Amino acid sequence: MTVSSPPVKLGKPSENYLNWAYGIKSWLLTTDHKRIGILYLISITAFFALGGVAAGLVRLDLLTPQGDLLTNDNYNKAFTLHGVIMVFFFLIPSIPATMGNFFIPIMIGAKDLAFPRLNLASWYVYMIGGLFTLSVVVLGGVDTGWTFYTPYSSTYANTAVILAAVGIFTAGFSSIFTAINFLVTIHKMRAPGLTWFRLPLFVWAHYATSIIILLGTPVLAITLLLVGVERLFRIGIFDPALGGDPILFQHLFWFYSHPAVYIMVLPSMGIISELITAFSRRRIFGYKAIALSSLAIALLGFLVWGHHMFVSGQSVYAGLVFSILTYFVAIPSAIKVFNWTATLYKGTIIYKTPMLYAMGFIGLFTIGGLTGLFLGAAAVDVHVTDTYFVVAHFHYVMVGATIMAYLGGLHFWWPKMTGRMYNESWGISSAILIFIGFNLTFLPQFVMGYMGMPRRYHVYPEEFQIYHVASTAGSTIMAVGYLLPLIYLTMSLFVGKKAEDNPWGAAGLEWTTSSPPPHDNFAETPIVTEEAYAYPETKTAEVPSGA
Amino acid sequence: MAHKTAVVAPYFHDIDQQREVNALGMWAFLATEVMFFGGLFMAYVVYRFSYPEGFIEGSHELNLLLGSINTVILLVSSFTMAMAVHSAQTDAKRKLVMFLILTILLGTVFLGIKGVEYYEKFAHHLVPGPNFEFHGANGNHVQLFISLYFATTGLHAIHMIIGVGVLTYFLIKAIMGRYNSLNYDPVEMVGLYWHFVDIAWVFIFPLYYLIERYLTLG
Amino acid sequence: MDNFSFFPEQASTMAARIDSIYFTLVALSILFATLIAVFLVYFGIRYRRSAKTDRSNILYESMALEFGWSFIPFLMAMGIFGWSAFVYYDINRPPDDALEIYVIGKQWMWQIQHPLGKSEINELHVPINQPVKLIMTSQDVIHSFYIPAFRLKQDVLPGRYTTLWFQATQPGEYHLFCAEYCGTDHSQMIGKVVAMGQQEYERWLSGNVASESMVDAGKRLFNDNGCSSCHLASGTGIGPALEGVFGSEVQLEGGGTVLADEAYLRESILDPQAKVVAGHQPVMPSYQGVISEGGVLQLVAYIKSLSNTQ
Repeated sequence: MTVSSPPVKLGKPSENYLNWAYGIKSWLLTTDHKRIGILYLISITAFFALGGVAAGLVRLDLLTPQGDLLTNDNYNKAFTLHGVIMVFFFLIPSIPATMGNFFIPIMIGAKDLAFPRLNLASWYVYMIGGLFTLSVVVLGGVDTGWTFYTPYSSTYANTAVILAAVGIFTAGFSSIFTAINFLVTIHKMRAPGLTWFRLPLFVWAHYATSIIILLGTPVLAITLLLVGVERLFRIGIFDPALGGDPILFQHLFWFYSHPAVYIMVLPSMGIISELITAFSRRRIFGYKAIALSSLAIALLGFLVWGHHMFVSGQSVYAGLVFSILTYFVAIPSAIKVFNWTATLYKGTIIYKTPMLYAMGFIGLFTIGGLTGLFLGAAAVDVHVTDTYFVVAHFHYVMVGATIMAYLGGLHFWWPKMTGRMYNESWGISSAILIFIGFNLTFLPQFVMGYMGMPRRYHVYPEEFQIYHVASTAGSTIMAVGYLLPLIYLTMSLFVGKKAEDNPWGAAGLEWTTSSPPPHDNFAETPIVTEEAYAYPETKTAEVPSGA
Repeated sequence: MAHKTAVVAPYFHDIDQQREVNALGMWAFLATEVMFFGGLFMAYVVYRFSYPEGFIEGSHELNLLLGSINTVILLVSSFTMAMAVHSAQTDAKRKLVMFLILTILLGTVFLGIKGVEYYEKFAHHLVPGPNFEFHGANGNHVQLFISLYFATTGLHAIHMIIGVGVLTYFLIKAIMGRYNSLNYDPVEMVGLYWHFVDIAWVFIFPLYYLIERYLTLG
Repeated sequence: MDNFSFFPEQASTMAARIDSIYFTLVALSILFATLIAVFLVYFGIRYRRSAKTDRSNILYESMALEFGWSFIPFLMAMGIFGWSAFVYYDINRPPDDALEIYVIGKQWMWQIQHPLGKSEINELHVPINQPVKLIMTSQDVIHSFYIPAFRLKQDVLPGRYTTLWFQATQPGEYHLFCAEYCGTDHSQMIGKVVAMGQQEYERWLSGNVASESMVDAGKRLFNDNGCSSCHLASGTGIGPALEGVFGSEVQLEGGGTVLADEAYLRESILDPQAKVVAGHQPVMPSYQGVISEGGVLQLVAYIKSLSNTQ
């Protein structure tokens, strides 16, 4: 019997998800979760740029107290666009739709998500929603703020409110499709041996996030629908002159929009768990605590929406209930910060770009979270709500934390997704630049807020100018910091060093595949026998060799 | 009988995994539907609490007979839907087709009756907006009630239309012999959806049609 | 640029109380942030890859630690919550003897109406050392009446009255901002609060053209709009007598009672069918669109004057 081996073709790149098929149709009609993740990555980056331009306009205009750059109306449209794009078209989908889509199946040893065609549909629905929102920009903008408070949005505004509402409504369905996919996949498609408490914490985070998306987003959808119907037919549901209650809108809106912030932050926390373990070379401290705290945040997050309404006219007693619950929800987040810090203990810490982002996250999320306690104190909130204090708080958690984690994850998994290494010096420089620029932008806003500077103000009293100038200067540095990765990450696609399967020496099923992974992830379904982050323990006091 | 094989997508291990995945996916989706309608029910609760008289008057403007008939129609259609699923599970293709047709028919009749009701409202100027007319004290509150009525039943009707459409698609597939005791998932899933739409109506009907309606005997 | 500070001057009795909570939170935040930072830096240096140090016997979990670092912050959080709850409660409970001033917010200005007739635009003159209660409503969208120096704000809603009370402690001029986005000129819907000593305030009140007091204006409206023809003081008219009504419990047709506060009076004028007094017919016409929000406030002031209570 002769044994023959397949012919060896020298120099041919191995088959992976990027090269197994070419052509625009193979991308636009793909059902491969990895390609869909890349499609999302490109579109989300584009929306981030647009939202960033809007932010730039706002910050430039605020350099002078008279607001010399824009008219009142255009300023109002600029900050509205910034909020709508950043919240609904960047932050909400960012980590789940890119890295979640790409890595959840691989991390659990599956060949794809539960509903691959639904996954592709979610991207198209996202793009359609984005198209509606872009048309808003072209058709004169919308000036209600991303919060669409009635009766201004339902009766008085004469801008493209309905179109904006339709765009966000549509994007919401994209979110829901993703969440259904993740929930079912994590429940039903884990590899043999992969019990719940062996899952990477990135997966736990997305599981909790999916629950929030499923239960919260539909409420936003119906609320926006009602605003649109009110505008079209004047039915009076939010119009006091016809018996309606504008506060009902606030309750319905914040019932989604508060859990929404946990949709934005939980996936980022999942990434941090991955980064801290990989770059400390040890198992995480308090795995169960971190996993269960994600679920706790998801649940408690639904009970605190009224802390956005302490001065809205809701009853004192409601305010007190929401205040105490707000302190409850702070605890699980604090637990995570302590556990990550403890993970560094007796680790072997490696300072690469992703680790810098992770440590920056811990610092900035701590500050952002602590300032949330100020806002949860109803008495203090009476003074600082609707001022720059709130603006600073949510930018610390949304940008300082979430975006740092997004970039950290992007750099961590870049070699895996693209098969290329990025330039490490550029990476570290950008991370530091972003950190500095970010703090300069938003730290003065806390001070300014307590001094009484209201938010959404186009012109302002002179005494606040110094803070605005510092803030704008910081935002310029931050903008440069964001542009750099766009450049060097893109360049790495062409000139970057080819990545090995596991350039970081990290644990996790994704690092057992090739870089980039093959089309169907695993030739054979892996069998899991270890805990997550099963790095070898150091028995001696010596430094472990190698990377 | 035609040779049947289980149709399993390549990224699943076996048909059981596929079935569990489909079921969980549909239940997750139905959870979102509950929250979707939930927002409207919340608005209803708030305003009924605030304006009880207006809601009573508004409710009495609705056509109780047609609403009741529709309720019976939907309940029966859930039965025919369940029978369709059972037929698929037991390789009873003729019955499957028959029950699917019946369900579609019942759904369509429901929509037709709904259309008649809406037309009645238009004719009596009981449509929210600038042409709303109500002769009575609580005009504004009745308008709120009618607005919520149209929003909720309209949303429900959209779900019915989608359901009828999907059922028609599956009917065609069923006639082509696509479903059998190994491949009945899609029928079961749309069955779940149909039952949800039915249950939603079971809540909508009393909340809107039956406020302070009393049966007088003798 | 004069004194650079981190907080505005404290010009009301609440300001110092709120600042105390705030500075306690600042201190606690600095404590925790520093703690985390110290550990991050210390671990980050001690356990960096190139450091030869003992890494054996790593701990992976500790119930004691989890409990400890959950429970202690939780206790602190509850302490802050409790403290803030008391202050928040006081913020929302105006004293009974407060001086009432009426505010109407509209795009994009504040109309202030003093009870004895003085009205102002975008300026609010108040006496110090006396509780003042603002009764506010909006003519269009939601606004918010914000005085940073008092540390107080309250949303101003259409179709409803909301109240904000304070006691100014030092004379001076303080920023007044609209703090709920309300459209094009939101950032120009600003003004000032002028706190003055008692005597100065009296002088200011009586200065200028003596205009109608709120009560007199309300009485005029009451007669001009035909209210007096149904609401006879004798109680024998088609409508109930309004003497003594404000502040009392009113029996409603169909059972139930309602407290006759400002909101009830306003609703009775604009939506009279909503609550019909027991023993009366639902025949009162609505004055929605006939009488402005300002006029309603004047009528309310007049009807309040018909009661012995303030």
